[in-house]
Amino acid sequence: MNEPAETSEAGTSSAILLRVSGLKRAYSRPRTSLWRKPEPLQALRGVSFELQGGQSLGVVGESGSGKSTLARLVMALDRPSEGRVELLGRNLHLLSEQELRAARRDFQMVFQDPYGSLDPRMTVEAIVSEPLGTTHEKLSRPARRQQVLSVLDQVGLRAQDADKYPHEFSGGQRQRIAIARALITRPRLIVADEPVSALDVSVQAQVLNLMQDLQRELGLSYLFISHDLAVVQHVCDQVIVLHQGEVVERGTPRKLFSAPEHPYTQALVKAAPRVI
Amino acid sequence: MSRQTDTRASVPNYPTRAFTRAQPQGFGRRALQHRSFVLGALLTTLLIAAALLSFAWTPGSAYEVDMDAALQASSSRHWLGTDAFGRDIASQILVGARASIAVGLIAVGIGLTLGVVLGLVAAARRGWVEEIIMRLADFTFAFPALLSAIMLTAVFGAGMINAIIAIGIFNIPTFARITRASANAIWARDYVLAARACGKSRSAITLQHVLPNIAAVLVVQATIQFALAILAEAALSYLGLGTQPPQPSWGRMLSEAQTLMFQAPLLAVWPGLAIALSVLGLNLLGDGLRDLLDPRLTRER
Amino acid sequence: MALLEVSNLTINLQTHRGRAQAVRDVSFTLERGATLGLIGESGCGKSLTALALMGLLPEHAQVDGSIQLDGQELLGLSERQLCALRGNRMAMVFQEPMSALNPVHSIGRQVAEPLRLHLGMSRAQARARATELLERVGIAQAAQRLDEYPHQFSGGQRQRIMIAMALACGPDLLVADEPTTALDVTVQQRILDLLQELVAEHSMALVLISHDLGVIAQNAEQLLVMYGGTVVESGMTEAVFARRAHPYTRGLFAARPQLHAAEGTVRLPTIAGAVPELVDLPAGCPFAGRCAHTQDECYVERPQPRTLHQPSMAAPASLASWRQPHVARCLYEQVLTAGART
Repeated sequence: MNEPAETSEAGTSSAILLRVSGLKRAYSRPRTSLWRKPEPLQALRGVSFELQGGQSLGVVGESGSGKSTLARLVMALDRPSEGRVELLGRNLHLLSEQELRAARRDFQMVFQDPYGSLDPRMTVEAIVSEPLGTTHEKLSRPARRQQVLSVLDQVGLRAQDADKYPHEFSGGQRQRIAIARALITRPRLIVADEPVSALDVSVQAQVLNLMQDLQRELGLSYLFISHDLAVVQHVCDQVIVLHQGEVVERGTPRKLFSAPEHPYTQALVKAAPRVI
Repeated sequence: MSRQTDTRASVPNYPTRAFTRAQPQGFGRRALQHRSFVLGALLTTLLIAAALLSFAWTPGSAYEVDMDAALQASSSRHWLGTDAFGRDIASQILVGARASIAVGLIAVGIGLTLGVVLGLVAAARRGWVEEIIMRLADFTFAFPALLSAIMLTAVFGAGMINAIIAIGIFNIPTFARITRASANAIWARDYVLAARACGKSRSAITLQHVLPNIAAVLVVQATIQFALAILAEAALSYLGLGTQPPQPSWGRMLSEAQTLMFQAPLLAVWPGLAIALSVLGLNLLGDGLRDLLDPRLTRER
Repeated sequence: MALLEVSNLTINLQTHRGRAQAVRDVSFTLERGATLGLIGESGCGKSLTALALMGLLPEHAQVDGSIQLDGQELLGLSERQLCALRGNRMAMVFQEPMSALNPVHSIGRQVAEPLRLHLGMSRAQARARATELLERVGIAQAAQRLDEYPHQFSGGQRQRIMIAMALACGPDLLVADEPTTALDVTVQQRILDLLQELVAEHSMALVLISHDLGVIAQNAEQLLVMYGGTVVESGMTEAVFARRAHPYTRGLFAARPQLHAAEGTVRLPTIAGAVPELVDLPAGCPFAGRCAHTQDECYVERPQPRTLHQPSMAAPASLASWRQPHVARCLYEQVLTAGART
């Protein structure tokens, strides 16, 4: 059966946590002609990378690069046309529905839009404890609440916040709630799809610091998707650059941004508006 | 802890954006300030009160035939006068409310239950299931509702039950369509994606996330369908296919008054007024509810 | 005389907890051909200031002060008078090109609309001019694409179309509210360059609003830093960015993740707390409580603008703008000079 994954302190096992090999995803486009089938849209054309436990990988790309598709495939919310996603050695897309549901405790997601990713009709407690309902055996209500309070404390929110509704919070706080929801099952991997892009600069800094702290304290790994190079550099050990569904360059952030080799990476670095 | 001070505002309040639309200070208070809602609620309450009252008391008798007192004008004994058979009009109006409400409630109930289930299933399953359900709905829409109700009651026999079933059947595709459209919008939201990422099943997501978020739309539609159901019941009874005598019905009162138009014109006015006010009240209520409920669901941004 | 003179602009809004000041005492001048940057985060009042310039504030907003365009007072004009000015002498470019363009009208029709409305052109004339405008903003094969719809263009192209619409009648003032925030970073620079070219060509004044320090740094010669509805620091961009007198400006700079920073992850300095609700802003300095140097007086006494550096009249003016003095608002001068850097 599935052993509970060990989470150690900083410097976790150097085993490969996530391995993506030759991932491809094509979508069929709506018909424009009655006779001819339309060309499928190749969102991902063969993406491969590895992520070690305790490390974080940044995925940099613009619109149309396939980064959101990649996020969905890694989270097993969509099926690849080709290729494999292996988490802790197991191919996610080959698991049975039940096994997959149990496996989801090890990987969770944080979304871009702090306003759309929380159900407006649910309390914070209900939202944050949602992953517990499916991945864990039935917990008693007090035990569940206890876990919620503990994880809210970890993200810097107060106990009273558990009974409030999302509309009572600002963007940065909602993102914290989203992070709390992702943490509650003690996952090994968090896929963060543009988690700070919709936030103001000073709020962004708070959330980035929080993510750094959590990474250190809990031995988390991030798959951090962003269009912002500076943000990615801040949180990630390795970065891959996606362009039109392919990885065009990979390396450490420092090396990539000070000496980019691929023309697209060079264009990205050059275009980032700089303060004098 | 540093993380706490990061979030805690210097002033003990949680921030919102500069000119957010004001959060309602309680639904009740906003509701009471909304003209349509108040008027609609008043009229609807009147309708329900009339029906309930009729179980306990009526001014005269809605059933007793008294040929001596036929076609009298309003008096202290018969507040609205009597009809061709000497029955008290006022009492008939009160008792007739029962039929309208019963038909409205049950027919809309049928349409709501089955329609919403079909719509939710269509939105959750997509693919060919959705296609089939929506084509069935389209097919049903192709038949003019009232004519089909007439046909059904003519074939299976006149009576309140059959009227209810007929009207109910034609409510189903309306609710199915509107449910599917709203539910599809909810399925596209990020919080549903988050629920899927937690491993929630489609039925759990439908019940816990989709349904609460489309409830407002359904409530508004239900009040509007209620109004339409009252009209449909009146139409069927007018044709003799709905509520059967001796059970009073506003529609039948209208048809009976038709032949006596020049002798006692007021006979047609009272039931007509009752129908008009009920339908108006429900429409206003629906409008008011739409204003009061929907903006809360749209995003604050 | 400056093209745009705003004096003591104050905007009060009705929130569910009572009236609140969303914009307090904003003043600035703008010459033709110059670009003013408005920088700040959500809720600082920069968008409201922009809307006030265009006369597009929500109905329940109360406005005080003065906005003068070429000597003509804009506040207090009737809607009809404002309509004659909007699109004609002053224009606005919005953040979301998809929602700012009507999806059911062709782009040719949308660009021609201000031409027909304000300049009274005939359909043929307007079409010809619209083609010219679209070509100028970089839409290839504009003549053939006049009858296409917004959804057939990319985000960057839609923003160009919006700019063409805004420029149709040759306005004197262009207000751009986060024009590139919704666009990819590679497209962003091209759009901003386009704006700069057009500003120079037509000798327009541009008010550029953004939350991105980099965008402002590269595109605006003078700027206003806004927080809680107040201009906390203003002046020539170079001077403000070099000196960063106000604690909020310093905090904003420090909180940015930097490219090419030191190796290894570094904790970003943050500004403690969060932006309070409008009604909860302190009566004195809006930054009181979050500022590391807060004293008791800060909550009650409103700081007046202090001039930190008055440019000498002998210094050559850049382009068409006077060199703006570097001004910041704080009760304590030592706070402003403490963080001085070269």
